[in-house]
Amino acid sequence: MNTGANDIAEKGTSLWRDAWRRLRKNRLSVMGAIILICVIIIAVAGPWFCRYTYDEQDLLLGAAPPSTAHWLGTDPLGRDLLTRLLYGGRVSLLVGICATSVSLLIGVLYGALAGFIGGRLDSFMMRIVDILYALPFTIFVIILMVFFGRNFIFLFLAIGAVEWLTMARIVRGQVMSLREKEFIEAAYVMGLSRTRILLFHLVPNTLGPIIVYATLTIPQVMLLEAFLSFLGLGVQPPMSSWGLLIKEGVETMEEFPWLLIAPSIVLSLTLFSLNFLGDGLRDALDPRVSQD
Amino acid sequence: MTRYILKRMLEFIPVLFVIITMTFFLVRLAPGGPFDADKRISIEAQKRIEAHYKLDQPLYKQYIDYLKGAAKGDLGPSFKKSSRSVREWILLRLPVSLELGFYALLIALVLGMGAGVLAALRPNSKLDHGPMALAMVGICVPNFVLGPLLVLIFASWLGWLPVAGWRTPLDKILPSFTLGAVYAAYIARLTRAGMLEILAQDFIRTARAKGLSEVRIVLRHALRGGIQPVVAFLGPAIAGMLTGSFVVETVFQVPGLGREFVESAFNRDYTMVIGTVLVYAVLVMVLNLVADIANAWIDPRIRNQ
Repeated sequence: MNTGANDIAEKGTSLWRDAWRRLRKNRLSVMGAIILICVIIIAVAGPWFCRYTYDEQDLLLGAAPPSTAHWLGTDPLGRDLLTRLLYGGRVSLLVGICATSVSLLIGVLYGALAGFIGGRLDSFMMRIVDILYALPFTIFVIILMVFFGRNFIFLFLAIGAVEWLTMARIVRGQVMSLREKEFIEAAYVMGLSRTRILLFHLVPNTLGPIIVYATLTIPQVMLLEAFLSFLGLGVQPPMSSWGLLIKEGVETMEEFPWLLIAPSIVLSLTLFSLNFLGDGLRDALDPRVSQD
Repeated sequence: MTRYILKRMLEFIPVLFVIITMTFFLVRLAPGGPFDADKRISIEAQKRIEAHYKLDQPLYKQYIDYLKGAAKGDLGPSFKKSSRSVREWILLRLPVSLELGFYALLIALVLGMGAGVLAALRPNSKLDHGPMALAMVGICVPNFVLGPLLVLIFASWLGWLPVAGWRTPLDKILPSFTLGAVYAAYIARLTRAGMLEILAQDFIRTARAKGLSEVRIVLRHALRGGIQPVVAFLGPAIAGMLTGSFVVETVFQVPGLGREFVESAFNRDYTMVIGTVLVYAVLVMVLNLVADIANAWIDPRIRNQ
């Protein structure tokens, strides 16, 4: 780590400024952040500049390799791959952010409550988490998606409901150690209610690990969405998502390999950036925990 | 130790009960049934089929009957592939999946630990950065991308390996590697970190001072402590491989349990879905227990807890 003697001299540096300074020194994380920002901007703004729509077919053209009219080529129905990739990016990123928010909400509240109340309720709640951890959870997501329809909202909920376990554990551990600190005692002395202490004094102090873990959850969630779409259970055509494009690419990869290669690169690159950024944030916000 | 194992195995029973119950009601309460899609048969014929499979009885009675059967190891008939019972289908498909998982784990351990140890011995050299960058790529490329890309390169373009199938040893290379690659990458990173920590310790310096060869130091003294994080990772890795097998078996047309599960879910083959989920749950729990025992065996600190 880069924490040297000059840290002690620099009085009054906030945690966030300190973290920002450490993050900037991590070249891979900075690269990840830049790629990620580019991907987000292109996916959000890109479709406005497209000449085609994501479901516009050109059956006479069929599958064509990249050209000046279609920069990344077209699929067997003559749909422009670049356009579908951009729209798919919107969907994939949206799923990543929304499903992570769901898991964040459940995990933080559950973990904070367990850690704050403690005692028998805590051990009971954590026992449930232990048991759920042991379950082959993807199987349940698959069953849910097959039997209850491939609804978009449902996709967020199903993925979010699966990914909250680790978040609950992390937040609980943090709250348990913070609960005994003097500033919480002071809050009690000031006569604040328990709910207020929990929500406004304990949870905000666990923000560092929450941010780090949320950054690492987004790629997992995006991967799960792509996995489901690949099996034909996630986003449905003619809508587009990166997982779905990869699925469609695989079906025709021997004749039209470009349909597989472009979405594969984009998905992998995005996951790559998110993982690097998450690792960097972890090192920056919590220098005690080294990598791995 | 025996008491610990027994205690853990007793815990299996309530968990399995919860899993059966959850899966049973989840698939039953969903709209649609296994015989809906068949429009060729008349309503009376459909009624007869449903009566034959006891689907016309009240749900709670079906549930109790299923539990009674499951306790005796009878998982009922398959609704869609009636040539065999669910139990027979599972006994047919499971060995294939276990074989695939075994090869994948082997590849992951050999490649991952090999690369990790080499990287730790020469930190910050080309031998370190090369494999570690590759490991990061391995972590970020999902198996449903890696599999098709490997097929495209090695089967379609180069023609060295078959596109799909599961008969000859050559068939098994690409699926096993696709399933194992991610874990090889994780294990490489874990081994490197673990080994770096151990190699910096005093007893390694003592071993060097005694004049032991580098090979002996690494293999006999450092490795045991260095691979602890890897052993701890085995539990989650094995659970993850189950999920991975859905994709890999679908992409490579491997006749294993993973593909069977996905197919039966799509076909709404109730009994098949519940049966496979049950087998997966038992598998995950047993393998997690084995991983925990291995953990305790290698690390005395855990053993004493």
